[in-house]
Amino acid sequence: MAKPASNFSRRMNDLGNWIDQRLPVSAFWKATMTGYYAPKNFNFWYYLGSLALLVLVMQILTGIFLTMHYKPSAAEAFASVEYIMRDVEWGWLIRYMHSTGASFFFIVVYLHMFRSLLYGSHRAPRELLWVFGMLIYLCLMAEAFFGYVLPWGQMSYWGAQVIINLFGAIPVIGEPLTEWIRGDYFISDATLNRFFALHVIALPLLLLGLVLLHLVALRENGSNNPDGIEIKKNKGEDGNPVDGIPFHPYYTVKDIFGVAMFLLIFAFVIFFWPEAGGLFLEHDNFVPADPLVTPEHIKPVWYFTPYYAILKAVPDKLMGVILMGLAVVILFFLPWLDRSPVKSIRYKGIGYKLLLAMFAIAFVRLGMLGMAEGTPAQTIEMRVWTFVYFGFFVLLFFLSPKMKTKPVPERLTH
Amino acid sequence: MRRSRLTFAALAATAALVFSHVALAAGGGGYVEHSGVNTRDVAAAQRGAKIFVNYCLSCHSASYMRYNRLAEDLGLSEEMVMQNLMFSDAKIGDTMDIAMPAAKAEEWFGKAPPDLSLIARSRGVDWLYSYMKGFYRDETGGWNNLLLPNAAMPHVLWQLQGIQEPLYHTVHGEDVIEKLVLVEPGEQTEDEYAHTVRDLVTFLDYLSEPSKLKRKSVGIWVMLFLAFFAFLTYLLKAEYWRDVH
Repeated sequence: MAKPASNFSRRMNDLGNWIDQRLPVSAFWKATMTGYYAPKNFNFWYYLGSLALLVLVMQILTGIFLTMHYKPSAAEAFASVEYIMRDVEWGWLIRYMHSTGASFFFIVVYLHMFRSLLYGSHRAPRELLWVFGMLIYLCLMAEAFFGYVLPWGQMSYWGAQVIINLFGAIPVIGEPLTEWIRGDYFISDATLNRFFALHVIALPLLLLGLVLLHLVALRENGSNNPDGIEIKKNKGEDGNPVDGIPFHPYYTVKDIFGVAMFLLIFAFVIFFWPEAGGLFLEHDNFVPADPLVTPEHIKPVWYFTPYYAILKAVPDKLMGVILMGLAVVILFFLPWLDRSPVKSIRYKGIGYKLLLAMFAIAFVRLGMLGMAEGTPAQTIEMRVWTFVYFGFFVLLFFLSPKMKTKPVPERLTH
Repeated sequence: MRRSRLTFAALAATAALVFSHVALAAGGGGYVEHSGVNTRDVAAAQRGAKIFVNYCLSCHSASYMRYNRLAEDLGLSEEMVMQNLMFSDAKIGDTMDIAMPAAKAEEWFGKAPPDLSLIARSRGVDWLYSYMKGFYRDETGGWNNLLLPNAAMPHVLWQLQGIQEPLYHTVHGEDVIEKLVLVEPGEQTEDEYAHTVRDLVTFLDYLSEPSKLKRKSVGIWVMLFLAFFAFLTYLLKAEYWRDVH
């Protein structure tokens, strides 16, 4: 027997109706959460999307607090970061959350992208979803690069120098272009100031817009799943997918558990290992930027090193820059390069598994070589893995239609 | 189940591979020794602070560090800091600056002595420890250093350590320093000097990140809370998912 509604709950109900007649809150909630059916067989890899969103929000919030104390000027930037680390209440925590968050953003995004390669999440009808994701990734790389310059340490300065100089390899317009980017003849106060503007407002806005598009595109066709089967093809009498469960509450409670596990790892790094052995915060970046002293060994942060290795593998600068750009751009075309009749690796043959394993090893190995000093032996190894990296896409395009596959079941497997 | 275990094994292997690589890359030259610095040893940091203000702070600044913060973190009263650690007319809330102008310093040393606030984070404690033990008198009769050949810095602790000279041996026709030998003993024995340097480096380690001790002690509680939170969310998830087959 239902209790008679109390005065308070009736009033809340009235308020809800009042709002709904003016703003479709419950309709939106139903369409995107309670009435949105997601495949019930999501595994580890499906935590990463919500985690990426979590890190994005965390970066924005910690970024706002850092902006309150940071000074975007060549004379004051380095000291203002140390001011945050020492004199601002809990400033060290906010700063470590932001610096560790940057690296974790890339860890999460790289795993999130790899998930697509495993289960074919980028295949039709989700090509645009993938393309928006790639645009987010590009945007994130720019955001991370500008952010890395802001502490104004030696690696900030010289890393920026190396990366901006890459544009100088472009014929004719190269030199004027680098000058236009820097706003000066060398990296200077003007450069720092504009990078600050791009880092704190321009790119975050773009990023949020792209994330919105990514989510709208996701809700349109729904998530793929580890079996690579469209659950909407098999609907029950109620019109909902038989193998689907409402996103809320099932996946919201599951994702909260994912968030808790993620925060455990994240907190461990922040509180006990914030430099990550010089990987997240580099030793040389604790020395203030000095245009007169070039560090012995300049390298970008770890998440850029796979591409940096491809750049260094090519003897010619312009060719190196082109190949490095191509290494990123080619990822946009993945949905059309994989022509296999099945999506998920579960129903693909040994051929694809080997190809993907080689690709993953090449990416990690290139990342490690990109950090290294660059001995002649390492240069040869970089060339080999660069070859493997691009070989993956070529072989995928030509071999995927012919490679052996297993029969795909009608329903999701558990 | 088996599949996800494989996934985690692969991820863990990748992470281990990457981080072991970093650990190797972070190592220094052949002369770096293990310092045995313990950040938690506040007494050592206190002794180190004394050495720092007596021997380092006339040429090197630590301009991101405030005296009163030092008092608070090292368990000293402000009076004790003012009497024992402050020799200039600085106030207790000031940063550890020096009177020597950078331009003059460059004239005298060829290169202005760097600020030491963050030296332990850029160089690492083992490097600093070995550097302070690595001074020797070379053929010119001037000071030199194993870790930073032709360093502009003289051996300011020579009265404590004494004077070392290099012993060479030949490798592939080249003279390489095998080790340093004490030719003129100082006020301290070799062991005592090692302790002195360890104290100093413990202080420099603290100086580079004053919030380090607090960070770790807060971290334990955060981890415990998150572990409990993860447990609760696991129960919540399990409860909701009971009817999913």
